[in-house]
Amino acid sequence: MTDIAASETGTTSEVLTTRDGVPLKRSLARALRREKMRALMLIAPLLLFILLAFVAPIADMLFRSVENNIVQNTLPNTVVALRDWNPNSGEIPGEPVFEALAGDLKIAVSQKTHTRLGSRLNYEQPGIASMFRKSGRKVKNLEEPPYREQFIEIHEGWGTVENWATIKQFSSKYTDGYFLSAIDRERTEQGIAEKPEKEQIYLFLFGRTFFLSVTITISCILLGYPIAFLLANLPLRSSNLLMIMVLLPFWTSLLVRTSAWKVLLQQQGVINDFLVWTGLVTDAGRLVMINNQTGTIIAMTHILLPFMILPLYSVMKTISPTYVRAAKSLGANDWTAFWKVYFPNTIPGIGAGSILCFILSIGFYITPELVGGTSGIFISNRIAYHISSSLNWGLGAALGVILLAIVMLFYWMYDKIVGIDNVKLG
Amino acid sequence: MSGLPPYASPVQRSWYYGFRIICALIFFFLIFPIIVIIPLSFNSLPFFTFTKEMLAFDPAGYSLKNYEDFFTNSDWNNAVYNSFRIAPVATLLATGFGTLAAIGLSQSHVPFRGTIMAILISPMIVPLIISAAGMYFFYSRIGLQGTYWGVVLSHAALGTPFVIITVTATLVSFDKSLTRAAANLGADPVRTFFKVQMPLIMPGVVSGALFAFITSFDEVVVVLFVGSSGQKTLPWQMFTGLREQISPTILSVATLMVAFSIVLLTTLELLRRRSERLRGLSPG
Repeated sequence: MTDIAASETGTTSEVLTTRDGVPLKRSLARALRREKMRALMLIAPLLLFILLAFVAPIADMLFRSVENNIVQNTLPNTVVALRDWNPNSGEIPGEPVFEALAGDLKIAVSQKTHTRLGSRLNYEQPGIASMFRKSGRKVKNLEEPPYREQFIEIHEGWGTVENWATIKQFSSKYTDGYFLSAIDRERTEQGIAEKPEKEQIYLFLFGRTFFLSVTITISCILLGYPIAFLLANLPLRSSNLLMIMVLLPFWTSLLVRTSAWKVLLQQQGVINDFLVWTGLVTDAGRLVMINNQTGTIIAMTHILLPFMILPLYSVMKTISPTYVRAAKSLGANDWTAFWKVYFPNTIPGIGAGSILCFILSIGFYITPELVGGTSGIFISNRIAYHISSSLNWGLGAALGVILLAIVMLFYWMYDKIVGIDNVKLG
Repeated sequence: MSGLPPYASPVQRSWYYGFRIICALIFFFLIFPIIVIIPLSFNSLPFFTFTKEMLAFDPAGYSLKNYEDFFTNSDWNNAVYNSFRIAPVATLLATGFGTLAAIGLSQSHVPFRGTIMAILISPMIVPLIISAAGMYFFYSRIGLQGTYWGVVLSHAALGTPFVIITVTATLVSFDKSLTRAAANLGADPVRTFFKVQMPLIMPGVVSGALFAFITSFDEVVVVLFVGSSGQKTLPWQMFTGLREQISPTILSVATLMVAFSIVLLTTLELLRRRSERLRGLSPG
């Protein structure tokens, strides 16, 4: 301290130092660096864990959506031989390619990889799987070269330019084929074109997911706004009591709530029984409210409603009642005071709640799967189908990447509007 | 809102009561589906609606059959066992890592704070189906798919954002001069942490842990993909039950889970009050 005091009285050219003679600036910088290091050391274990257990899997999915080494791994020599062949020539490849194919296929059959290749290429060119299966069975009976005619005899598919074009097209290590499929496009000789109308399902499904999510978000605003308003304006004692009615659904298991709706909405369920009892509908005319979009919208609105009420409530809580009183004393009627003064103040809450509801709803899987039937399912259900049933992992991954990009866009918006630090729970 | 002034006009009066009725209906919508399954679970017949006997409060209409089935069926028992084997370990991992990181993040100088925060919160934002798909691909590559630890690690990853958010919220109002005072009195950083900081942020840590626990306990999408039949949890069993043949046993399970969530909610509320009292705020 005395050193600093001394240096302060000295000339300005003298450098401020700490007691042990280190320049003050450097000493402060070191302290700051140490503090930063300590913070990072505390964060590092979790960051490492999240990177390994969560970010790496997402990255793996990104990679799978473009990865395509199955053709190259199964038919390495054929791929090399196909390099000089031009699919636009209108002729099938020559004898060298078939010679390479015979060699590759024999190895593939011994490793049993040819059927996997067949089913992979079948996504792009229907019918090609059976060609590989049949050829795999008969490849050991092949006689001396030339092989070309013998292959065509085993399966006429080897004689068509389309099949060879597909093999050549997917022989590169990476492909955009999955992404093209995910947006209902395919690569043809004329370049990228739309798929035949009856095969276009994904854009439609994305559209429906978007439409249903918007509908659910709007229903949440309509139902959540009055509740949040009531909770924010009641005395604390009664609002705390009513808050339990919002928090109980929030804390109840998602599956419990979904099964409750499944039970309630059935044709022989409580709601239909009640409507029949009151005479609003006849026994024969019981409403179909489940396994369609209605079921999805009702159940998901119920599930996401607390996510709308809580941010709205926390914003409304901060609006001073004097604003509305001032407006009224200046001559505004109840409606004008609400619409011109109170409502604009609640917009941040509506924004935060809406984005939250929308983000959560667009990726929903469980509820649509259980109450959505076929007309109420989301894109997530299709992703799950491709991963667990059809095993078209690449397409599932590509759909997932598109969905992830959409969610990230909204997440970024949420961060800009609300700030991710301001997320409140409970 | 907190009362109708005596000079209110008829329009104001009807709007006031109309608004209350609308709110009552919405509350009904929120709470009814959860409440209604409780009596339904005591149905003596395998139906999902109220029978005549039940409406007449005839004891013959009620039975504990569904509960008996739940407690004796080995599928359900296994599912409960698995859930309680996975959730606590995942919670422990998430809470441990999460609390440390939250303390780190609340220091005044953290480089790349925004980026780090975004990465750490991301498991909460990314749709579960995408996390599940990614983990399925990646964990099969490294041999964790279908194992107990695979499920535990994935659940821990999903639970950490909640711990970070709750603990950070508690730390915002933490008075830093307390740690400085402890250091001044000669306590080393570890002792300061356990004797001064830890007791004060404990409510935040415990509520974060509860969130992490419920995340794992309630999670079905990821476990469907990452787990195998050896890790069949309670939600998974419910999901299969709902998708294939829906049996009334589900209702008894649902009722028990509602009771469980009431216990959790009460604990959380008590913690919140304690935390506010500790911070010197007036109890809500």
